[in-house]
Amino acid sequence: MQQLLALVPALPLLAAVLLMLAATRIGTNGVRILGVGSVALSALLACRIAVAQIGAGWAVQPFDVTLWHWMRIGDFAPDVTLHLDGLSLVMMLVITVIGFLIHLYASAYLDGDPGYARFFACMNLFVAAMLTLVLANDLLLLYVGWEGVGLCSYLLIGFWYDDPANGRAARKAFIVTRVGDTALISGLFLLATSFGTLSIPSLMQHATTSWPIGTAMPTLAAFLLLGGALGKSAQLPLQTWLVDAMAGPTPVSALIHAATMVTAGVYLIARTHVLFALAPDALLVTGLIGAATLLLSGASALVQTDIKRVLAYSTISQIGYMFLALGVGAWDAAIFHLVTHAFFKALLFLAAGAVILRMHHEQDITRMGGLRTAMPGVFVVFAIGSASLAALPLVTAGFYSKEAILGGAWDSGPSGRLLWCAGVVGAFLTALYIFRLLFIVFLGEQHRHPHGVTGWRIGVPLGVLAILAVVGGGLQTPALLGGIAIMPGILGGVFGSASHEGALALLPLVLASLVPLAGIALAWRWYGGGLASRFETQFTGLLLRGWDFDRAYDRMIVQPLMWLVRVNHHDIVDSFYEGLGKLAQRTHAGLSLSENGRVRWYAGWLAAGSVAALAIAVLS
Amino acid sequence: MMLPALIVIPLLAALVACLGGRTRANWPRRVTVGALLLDALILAELTRPVPAIGLAPGWLAHFDAPWIPQLGISLRLDMDGLSLLLLWLTLALTLASVAISWREVTAHVGFFHVCLLATTAGIIGVFLATDLFLFFFFWEIMLVPMYFLVAIWGHERRVHAAIKFFLFTQGSGLLMLLAIFALAFVHRQSTGEFTFDYFKLLHTPMSSGTGMLLMLGFFIAFAVKLPVVPFHSWLPDTHTQAPTAGSVLLAGILLKTGAYGLIRFTIPLFPDAAHRFTPIALALGVLGILYGAVLAIGQTDMKRLVAYSSVSHLGFVLLGIFAWNTLALQGAVIQMIAHGISTGALFILVGSVQDRLHTRDLRHLGGLWHGAPRFSAVFLFFAIASLGLPGLGNFVGEFLTLLGTWRVSPPAAVLGAVGLVMAAVYALLLVARALLGPANPQAVMGELSGRHRVTMAAMIVAIVALGVYPQPVIDMASPSLLHLGPLSARAAPLLHLASRQDQP
Repeated sequence: MQQLLALVPALPLLAAVLLMLAATRIGTNGVRILGVGSVALSALLACRIAVAQIGAGWAVQPFDVTLWHWMRIGDFAPDVTLHLDGLSLVMMLVITVIGFLIHLYASAYLDGDPGYARFFACMNLFVAAMLTLVLANDLLLLYVGWEGVGLCSYLLIGFWYDDPANGRAARKAFIVTRVGDTALISGLFLLATSFGTLSIPSLMQHATTSWPIGTAMPTLAAFLLLGGALGKSAQLPLQTWLVDAMAGPTPVSALIHAATMVTAGVYLIARTHVLFALAPDALLVTGLIGAATLLLSGASALVQTDIKRVLAYSTISQIGYMFLALGVGAWDAAIFHLVTHAFFKALLFLAAGAVILRMHHEQDITRMGGLRTAMPGVFVVFAIGSASLAALPLVTAGFYSKEAILGGAWDSGPSGRLLWCAGVVGAFLTALYIFRLLFIVFLGEQHRHPHGVTGWRIGVPLGVLAILAVVGGGLQTPALLGGIAIMPGILGGVFGSASHEGALALLPLVLASLVPLAGIALAWRWYGGGLASRFETQFTGLLLRGWDFDRAYDRMIVQPLMWLVRVNHHDIVDSFYEGLGKLAQRTHAGLSLSENGRVRWYAGWLAAGSVAALAIAVLS
Repeated sequence: MMLPALIVIPLLAALVACLGGRTRANWPRRVTVGALLLDALILAELTRPVPAIGLAPGWLAHFDAPWIPQLGISLRLDMDGLSLLLLWLTLALTLASVAISWREVTAHVGFFHVCLLATTAGIIGVFLATDLFLFFFFWEIMLVPMYFLVAIWGHERRVHAAIKFFLFTQGSGLLMLLAIFALAFVHRQSTGEFTFDYFKLLHTPMSSGTGMLLMLGFFIAFAVKLPVVPFHSWLPDTHTQAPTAGSVLLAGILLKTGAYGLIRFTIPLFPDAAHRFTPIALALGVLGILYGAVLAIGQTDMKRLVAYSSVSHLGFVLLGIFAWNTLALQGAVIQMIAHGISTGALFILVGSVQDRLHTRDLRHLGGLWHGAPRFSAVFLFFAIASLGLPGLGNFVGEFLTLLGTWRVSPPAAVLGAVGLVMAAVYALLLVARALLGPANPQAVMGELSGRHRVTMAAMIVAIVALGVYPQPVIDMASPSLLHLGPLSARAAPLLHLASRQDQP
């Protein structure tokens, strides 16, 4: 069973290669079977491995599979080794199961697209890369997956390459995340130079034994890794790419830009949490960035009119929650929220996709409205997703994971209380923006009629995800509400038993549960009748543009670089050499003039030269 | 006897190709392929795990014959793992050049292959010669046929480019010749023996000033070839104007002779001077990475863009060589090979765009994906390889280089890593401007032909293999890198950063 672990990423990889090579020969059905089937097999295999490895008390039996030695240079010997423990098991299940649902959905969503095979090749490649990322035992192998998912993200954002705007969005996503990756790879250099290895378990062990808490080295290393995580997970100040990334097809947004890839940063920090625990400063910054991101992008989500942009800002904001949890050391809460977020955000994106598809690729919510009657099923699942995102108390998965985060923050000192406040305000914003979206799209007057019906390949994934978005909360509940501990059990082997478990006080719990209700109530008051009252101020414009980060980066970085590029277009160094050449030619031309065949001139030059020579001789 | 055969076979084949080329156009092509395959057979025989008996550790083959004994000049050839790797690269890329010129070169077919073979012979000689005089001889040999390749089969400004190429390499070669003579005289002063034998000239005692001067003579010659900013400006012109096969040879192999020279000659002959020069060399490496990338971003001529990206990539090689520890050197070697393949492939692809659409101007291109999805996918693959995607060969080279550099100078490594961001910018801009966008009626090209397709497939396999399992290359290169002797063991304390791990 353990040897089969390698097949989980290998199957989608193989399918991707086959799809690239044989795209035209196997027909649409062949592409469908290969593309969806490979991920389905992967998911089945992942479930089978989970069943085999989970033992009593939900504890996971960890194991390693070494596939081959990547390279050996002196002591530096990174291997291609897969590591399965509670954390990678959870991630593997999320990627394959949700990945399968989204692939199934996409097989209907992209019906008739000329790039059908290309789409599934990229999607399968993405699943393989993402699985490599989470199963890697070595930071270098993790980096392969890390860049691999970035590449697939680039390819899929720019999937409809006819429109240069999509290409720009794709480039922006790749380049902005690569800025973060530069920090990450520098962190790898630092760690490899310090300990001579990049294997995560031995790195963590070396770090605890030779780096005291709070010293410069672990802090620097943690900050460098954090830089990579910020880029990938679209947190401040590298968050700007994610909203533009919505240019990709909606299943891509659901899989890559909501459920899996953008949470890679959270995974990275959770995976190296031992190192971060040695760097309290880095942790504090992680928490603060998370809090700031969740507030700023939550506010931006309030005013967007594009259905996918609302969800994109919401994703940034929710990942902010996960960073907040990491910042207070509530590792398992962060991963729990990662999982529930994958459920309800994938659901929301797919439901939004169903709406978009039936509205003739219309994404502007001001032109929607009253879709409740025409698409009752989609309305129900969208409402479930919204409720879960807004953390509607007791009945949704989002409630339990958000409570775990807020509880973790509440318990971790004065800075934690501050973060708790940010989290509560964010919860209010979340409820407000997502129910605004729900009410505007599905209530009120119907502007346009949707066409067609929603088929089973779209309906089934929506239904399954809707169920998960409700029952997912049962993975972990506070002591007050039953104290179910599946998630802590699975993750216990990685993070140790959580210290804040069961310590959740009643007052903050009740307070934090009421806040989403208040948000929903306000949303009902403002938008209950559809698009009733929109507040338009100058401030709205700023929110709409995502706090003008794009404009600032354009002025500070892009334009200076482009100026440099323009100014030096012809290579200033070369003009020196070309100048030498020109000088030689001019001199040649000048001297050639003197050689004109007229004896009088020659005599004149001779005389002038003699006079000059004499003058120098006499005068000096 | 096998080492001289490697050089003589292409020269003889050149003669045969020249004689028969007038009547039958395919004759020179077949002769060339035959000669290269024969060379490959010999090389395969030499690629064995156990070296011949009686050789110093690290060396695989040896040949010695007197040439001008009065002056201590001999025909001495030696091969170690580094030479062997570069020879394989040379043969593979020359073969690719012949394959992709099969239909494309129709004028003076015989002489074209004579030039190709003569360049190859010169390059093989450069990678084998261990007599400095002989080395210089080969160094010049490979220059002249290359000049003709550019000047006769090149594009619109070919003569200008060819002359520029010739002046740069010839001028810098002159400095090296002076340095070689000076080194021989210095050696005679201290030992009484006048010789050009590389192994005898190693460890020649000399004053630090002399050492620096001679080191610079060698360095500049190799720096022009590599190229190192600010000696790079011949490269964009020559690459842009050269025929596709010429660009492949130039980028794939000729530039590597510069790196090879630095590893084989500059640093081992003048370790102290090179050590003092390290900070400047590292700075030049970083400058090359960033400067090349900035220029690549701004180009609208596809070939120029790829050429400037070469300048950027070879900055990593310079960085790796002067960081001078096992990791960085291995990285530099892998980067040399990976760059040879990926940039060679890009030149082939760009060349086929030029052949069919008669333009390299990105402002007139775009939307190629519509008509030629397979071609575009291959193009995308090599652009991605060139931006250093992990899992492909270039990443292994760049990663190891920067990891080794970090031990010597973390700021240099970080700035080098910034170059990777810029690489993403220019590579993706190239892809976007050439391949993406709406269908362009002026830019419709068909798919690649059979020979191109086979060549591309082989290069893709090579880049992937290098990325996921570079161990064979590492093993082959490591003995020759190990016996080079430690330099940064002394460099490290100077730069206040003691390296903790293994030194060569």
